[in-house]
Amino acid sequence: MGFENFGTVSFTTEAKAAEFITYLEQGKVMATRCPKCGVSYFPPKADCPSCLSGEVEWFEVKGKGKLATYTIVNYGPSGFENDAPYILALGEFEGGIQIMSRLSKDIAPSDIKAGMSLVVSSLKRPDGRISYEFKKG
Amino acid sequence: MADVAIVGAGQSVFSRDCGVSIRELAFDAFKEALEGLDITTSDIDASIICSAPEYDKQRSPAGLISEYLELTPKPSFYVETVCSSSSTGLRVAWSLVKSGLHKVVAVIGFQKMSELSSRDAAERMGRGADIIWESPFGLTMPAGYAMYARAHMDKYGTTEEHLAKVRVKNSHYGATNPKANYRKELSLEDILNSDMITTPLKKFDCCANADGASCVIVARGDVAKGITNIPIWVVGLVAATDTMTMAGRKQLTGLQCAQEAAKQAYKMAGVKPQDIDVAEVHDCFTVSEILAYEDLGFAKPGEGAGLIEDKETYVDGKIPVNVDGGLLSKGHPIGATGGSQIRTIVRQLRGQATESQVKGAEIGLVHNIGGIGQYGNVTILRR
Ligand SMILES: [Zn+2]
Repeated sequence: MGFENFGTVSFTTEAKAAEFITYLEQGKVMATRCPKCGVSYFPPKADCPSCLSGEVEWFEVKGKGKLATYTIVNYGPSGFENDAPYILALGEFEGGIQIMSRLSKDIAPSDIKAGMSLVVSSLKRPDGRISYEFKKG
Repeated sequence: MADVAIVGAGQSVFSRDCGVSIRELAFDAFKEALEGLDITTSDIDASIICSAPEYDKQRSPAGLISEYLELTPKPSFYVETVCSSSSTGLRVAWSLVKSGLHKVVAVIGFQKMSELSSRDAAERMGRGADIIWESPFGLTMPAGYAMYARAHMDKYGTTEEHLAKVRVKNSHYGATNPKANYRKELSLEDILNSDMITTPLKKFDCCANADGASCVIVARGDVAKGITNIPIWVVGLVAATDTMTMAGRKQLTGLQCAQEAAKQAYKMAGVKPQDIDVAEVHDCFTVSEILAYEDLGFAKPGEGAGLIEDKETYVDGKIPVNVDGGLLSKGHPIGATGGSQIRTIVRQLRGQATESQVKGAEIGLVHNIGGIGQYGNVTILRR
């Protein structure tokens, strides 16, 4: 399984990092870490360019993060027309991990505040596609 | 090593729907660049063709354009860094001349965006992000810059009104630029009341897709003096990058690729921000111009809004910026934009910027950004 079912529109399928999708199906949002030099990666990398190792380990992004910035997108590009409006956001998590995703539709635009507490969680969309999103933490 | 000069710079009219082919757009820019030069097509040793390929119908446009402009059998090839492609072209041309490989090189940028619908163009732009990890969420160029805008507003108190004032200025100058797509003056109310595209950016905070071409002719110093009476010297020329992903960005209140390029370009040119007489910055969105004020050192971090508030970036201000109307008025035909910015600075330094000349301008700067801050280019020119 690759990235063919990921997000609203997936533009490519194959990747060494496609193990991410297997975990996502199990409800886990994962990052990678190089055991040799300790660098962690989100988006996950299957290779470590710091020490050139190809043996990274997966770990779950847990705990509370905070909202760094966001935008409510009213105009969706082709393939995203039916999603709009949707809210793109950047969340900062422990260990220097920053994630770009969408804010859950459960969060009212009027409740959005910079620095608000977030968790990242997997999402099964009604159309059967999978993704991850930010919920209130 | 020999110095490198710009001897000619031209552009086509930028418009929403040009009704001609890309080779004909390129011709318009080429013709203007060669005007008044003691040079013919056969004196051009190589051409570099620049665009963002995702918008192009024509594959391998370098061959096509070099044939149409009768630049064969001289070498021609293609470079791309999305919206900064023609600044990258200038960088490559500079290297070709500096290395001694060629004496005169043409940099031709183009884009014909009217061949795609607005939504399809937005989708192609979205694929200028990381297609595995971020494009599937519906990330677009305006959305990326909107996230920078929000972070800047939250941290520094910049307001939607500050953003709108950038457009008020640029629409003022765009109104008298015969090459600009948008030639109407906009009031603060027009801008603040326009449709919300992606918060906090409204329709008039965004530049428009456009068709257009630009051309910059670069020559070795000794040759340049024989071609034109007013060579414009390339004294600083730096490119830098930042992450493709938004997730990888360490700073959300400025573009680090621009900060890095600016720092090095000032060093290379031996000048300081306060020495710059006139600047062209990449105002793909109103917020981008405010970020540029700070990234280029025209204002301290967080104080960019003050420059527009005090009208310091108007022609008679401390540091005139985008007094040709900027991308916001001219339109943004991706591959042509950098060359158009260079053309404006060349005209300013030659004292030929009839519509909005900065008196006695001697040192000019071009800031041209590719993507949502992936590629940063800063070029410093001197009369
Ligand atoms: Zn490593």
